[in-house]
Amino acid sequence: MARQSDIPFERDQSTRFLPWIVAVMVFLAALAATFAVIVGDSIEAWDTSLTGRITIQVPVRPGDDGNNSAARRADDIAGRIAALPGVARAAVLPEAAVRALLEPWLGLAPESGSGVEELPLPRLVDVELSGGGVDATQLRAALADAGTDIVIDDHRVWLDALIDLARLVEAIALLVLLLIGASAIAAVVFATRSGLAVHAPIIELLHLMGARDAYVARQFQNHAMWLGLRGGVIGSLAAIAVLGAIAWVGRDIDAALLPDIVPTIGDGLVLAAVPVAAVAIAMATARLTVLRALARLP
Amino acid sequence: MIRFENVGMRYGMGPEVVHDISFRLEPGSFHFLTGPSGAGKTTLLKLMYLALRPTRGLIHLFDHDIALTPRRDLPALRRRIGVVFQDFRLIDHLSAVENVALPLRFAGTHSAEIDQHVRELLSWVGLARHLDARPSTLSGGQQQRVAIARAVINRPSLLLADEPTGNVDDTIAMRLMYLFEELNKMGTTVVVASHNEALIGRFGHPVLHVDGGSLSQHPRRPVGPGA
Repeated sequence: MARQSDIPFERDQSTRFLPWIVAVMVFLAALAATFAVIVGDSIEAWDTSLTGRITIQVPVRPGDDGNNSAARRADDIAGRIAALPGVARAAVLPEAAVRALLEPWLGLAPESGSGVEELPLPRLVDVELSGGGVDATQLRAALADAGTDIVIDDHRVWLDALIDLARLVEAIALLVLLLIGASAIAAVVFATRSGLAVHAPIIELLHLMGARDAYVARQFQNHAMWLGLRGGVIGSLAAIAVLGAIAWVGRDIDAALLPDIVPTIGDGLVLAAVPVAAVAIAMATARLTVLRALARLP
Repeated sequence: MIRFENVGMRYGMGPEVVHDISFRLEPGSFHFLTGPSGAGKTTLLKLMYLALRPTRGLIHLFDHDIALTPRRDLPALRRRIGVVFQDFRLIDHLSAVENVALPLRFAGTHSAEIDQHVRELLSWVGLARHLDARPSTLSGGQQQRVAIARAVINRPSLLLADEPTGNVDDTIAMRLMYLFEELNKMGTTVVVASHNEALIGRFGHPVLHVDGGSLSQHPRRPVGPGA
């Protein structure tokens, strides 16, 4: 015997557009969730790549014998720092490399003839950290007799501002996700209540014949599942198409600090989770709405 | 089986539509419920099949005080009651088989068993050729037989019928009454609400008479001619 729902949902006009509403919500939710994941990954990447590195500036002091004195001090500092736990590598940048860093702004190339190549440039010790990084007390002790004029740059100032901005963007994306979820719940509640009103005579009949509330609720729940599934598949396909287009357009952009917009397995899991969550929300919402309504029957 | 003690019922803030109703139906009994339109027959039936809760008084059903019975236990009690509604209340998008199968589904009966029982019963009431028909394609008498089959499919302890012969000719009405008699002989307590004095006289069962919301009981009548 073919089994169909006891309630003629196919005649219910109030749920006709629910799959499309769910589709739009899944589409927006998938985009918001993917952006939240991308930004979150970027924050983590920035945090680990830049906090995993510090730079120590060793300036030339008045009375030093040219740059050589600063170079010796820098070599000494690099040697001491390299021995500290949590330091993977510490090396003095060659003077030529430091000049190359400044060249675009000051034109320090010897062939420029500017004469500024004699400027007393500080020596830079590039320190690469490992694991949880170096202990601040140990670092301070290692540099205790290195003089008060050295500068330790851990890049936190500008990085903190960037990460704060990214965290705000991530929070907004999650807030949008929550709002979409709340809207989905409201849409399903509205559609379910309409269905309860439209099918009230049949629901009352089932109730009087001894159907448990859960039996009736399961029929609405299954109906919501199919509606949510249809909407979820449509919305997910649209989101995959849009994200794929963004990734394709941005595939050649090579900017170190921009988030990686090439889809990852994590992005795929997020995309897969959104329609599943939409279906689960639709089913749970329909079930709870029906159970609450039926509880008012004798 | 059923015991009402000083039961009163009002809808909202309106006047009591039935008041001070007290009676007792023994298991295996057969009663007619009579009274003029608007007297409270349907309300009384609804109280019996637990569609309404009384605003006062006590109802005992299958040894349960309904006022003290948890709501979660009421569906099991309802499944012991078969109801034939005056307007049949068949679900139009389901076939005859699917309509009759509903009470068994609620009871969690296995699908194969449901199918077999339902087909047998529908054949027994003369609808073997209409198993998969939708109610809207059946005649009034056929719909009524589907409704009755649905009410008795799970062998209820109590069968309540609201004007079951109101929409059928005398021949079919008599066949339905004989069906109820057969069920009654198998132990089902039967209450049939009817206006049909001739029919009531013909079978001679005791009568519960409702008028102006009050109940009076009349003992078994002598069986009339033609029975």
